[in-house]
Amino acid sequence: MAKIFVLVEHRQGRLRDITFEMLTKANELTEKTDAETTAVLLGNNIVEHAKTLTEYAKTVLLVQDPKLENFNSEAYRKILAKLITEHKPSLVMMGHTSYGIELAPRLATALGTPLATDCLDLTFEADGLAVTRQMYGGKVNVKAMLRKAETYMTTVRQATFTAEKPATPPNGQIAEVPSLLTEEIAEKRFLQYVLPPSGGVDITAAEKLIGIGRGIKDQTNMSMIEELAKTLGAVLACSRPIVDKGWLPSDRQVGSSGKTVKPKLYLALGISGAFQHVLGMKSSDLIIAVNKDPKAPIFSFADYGIVEDLFKIVPALKGKIYELKGQKA
Amino acid sequence: MDVVVCVKHVPETAEAELRIDKTGKAIEKTSLVFDINEWDDYALEEAVRIREKQGGTVTVITVGAQDSESTLRKCLARGADTAIRLTDPKFENSDAYAIAKILHSAIKNLHYDLILLGAQAGDDGSAMVGPILAEMLNIPHATMTKKIELNTGTAKVNRELEGGLEEQLEIKLPALFAVQTGINEPRYVSIMGIRKAMQKEIKVMGLADTGLTEADVGPAGSWTTIEKLYVPPVEKQAEFLKGTPEEIATKIADIVKSRGLI
Ligand SMILES: Cc1cc2nc3c(=O)[nH]c(=O)nc-3n(C[C@H](O)[C@H](O)[C@H](O)COP(=O)(O)OP(=O)(O)OC[C@H]3O[C@@H](n4cnc5c(N)ncnc54)[C@H](O)[C@@H]3O)c2cc1C
Repeated sequence: MAKIFVLVEHRQGRLRDITFEMLTKANELTEKTDAETTAVLLGNNIVEHAKTLTEYAKTVLLVQDPKLENFNSEAYRKILAKLITEHKPSLVMMGHTSYGIELAPRLATALGTPLATDCLDLTFEADGLAVTRQMYGGKVNVKAMLRKAETYMTTVRQATFTAEKPATPPNGQIAEVPSLLTEEIAEKRFLQYVLPPSGGVDITAAEKLIGIGRGIKDQTNMSMIEELAKTLGAVLACSRPIVDKGWLPSDRQVGSSGKTVKPKLYLALGISGAFQHVLGMKSSDLIIAVNKDPKAPIFSFADYGIVEDLFKIVPALKGKIYELKGQKA
Repeated sequence: MDVVVCVKHVPETAEAELRIDKTGKAIEKTSLVFDINEWDDYALEEAVRIREKQGGTVTVITVGAQDSESTLRKCLARGADTAIRLTDPKFENSDAYAIAKILHSAIKNLHYDLILLGAQAGDDGSAMVGPILAEMLNIPHATMTKKIELNTGTAKVNRELEGGLEEQLEIKLPALFAVQTGINEPRYVSIMGIRKAMQKEIKVMGLADTGLTEADVGPAGSWTTIEKLYVPPVEKQAEFLKGTPEEIATKIADIVKSRGLI
């Protein structure tokens, strides 16, 4: 029977959300065909994870080895190459995450399997696998076809598919396979996890956030925004380029490689709305975005949009809020 | 330490209005400004810093038409020693896999201790070229690299995971690292650098020089082909607030106040 492989992603004892998102998509695809969803789980002492996954997948292929205690793309590549060659799944899905990005292109090259990364959707069509992707920071969508092959490989974007438990429980079976690793991977060794030092402000606890992006152009413009933040009683957060430039410490960054925030107000100033940023703020209660580009993707996530130069809005807004606060006092 | 840096010449699109062209498979590029891919810029800077500290050479390499020479010139001005441009009409519409093959065909004949490139390109965002190239060259790699510390025969690198977490790995050299933005602060180009760069030669290579065949490159040698581009469907659209800045500010303030936030 045809299979869809989902590579289970887990770290520090926890199954990551992307795993369930992929399993849900895989189940949707297998429902339409006579294929079966197989969760592929590599690690050490992870039987509990395997049990959880039986509620989502018909089969859980489990490989346990102390050498798999932490993710290692080379160890994964060796084991997956063998499993894929043996089982010949029609599709292998991984997260478009730090792990998937590290592993998938190399594994696909080794196997000669066509790969599409960062997919938003996947459909089997008569002449092969069709995928939806994005280009130019989310301004354009792409429909692409993968070269016809027995096995396709994809990495899928996080938070794109909504994770759901299957309506009819698959009562999956755990199939444990011995690890083929005979020794540690010498050329690539995991040393430790590192957490960047904290800057002392917890943006996840703030009621009101002003998120600033590359649109603020120059560090000297920061003071204007800081004044607005002070008047409004808001905390400054930002998109990645602001941290990359060193204008704000890394714990102010919102997004996939930063913090996930859910304030009562998120005021986005000069942020385009790349999905990596949006991932971290889209659940805010109220989102107001100022951007001079009417096509900026942020406007599909905001409640209110302002197509204007932020340097005109910021001083005017500061004045208005000051006025309102005065009336209240 | 000899470092090879792969760079891509890409359009700046964050603030531009994009139009899909007549073929429906690409965007209109004529009115766009092109520059070095943001991620590659950090890779180049890292390479130049390593050379400044340890000696050696920095070679930049790109697959691209004549106009991509401006990106190579910029790299030379910023401190690269030599530049190679791989170009051929047959290379057109190559996906990341085919591009990696083309880069590989030239890099395999160079001496290198380290290969650096951006974790992804800002145009197609596929994030594949680095690890594919590493597999073809049979050297270890790391993507999403936020820190590189070189020792004898090995490097300690920090890789970015999600949510601000990083992992530290030890990797044997020679190796390939795909770098993430923020790994350093790219320098500005000096006038001196620009003058010097103008005199440097850019080596140009075509399909015949690569040892590849027509079947290896372009759509024939690619994993994916673009069927069509389209404007992303809007599931939700913000309600736009219009007027003078004063009027808009009043509207924003009123909304915020109505939520009890002022
Ligand atoms: C693996 C990975 C992880 C990432 N993680 C994150 C993350 O956690 N968080 C994150 O934010 N990004 C992250 N990124 C980067 C992300 O892809 C984008 O590059 C980034 O979010 C863009 O930031 P920006 O919107 O500030 O800049 P840009 O995309 O350059 O947008 C600037 C915007 O400002 C507008 N603008 C310019 N001038 C003005 C003006 N005067 N008035 C009004 N508007 C103006 C422009 O129209 C434009 O829309 C990640 C990328 C990768 C590859």
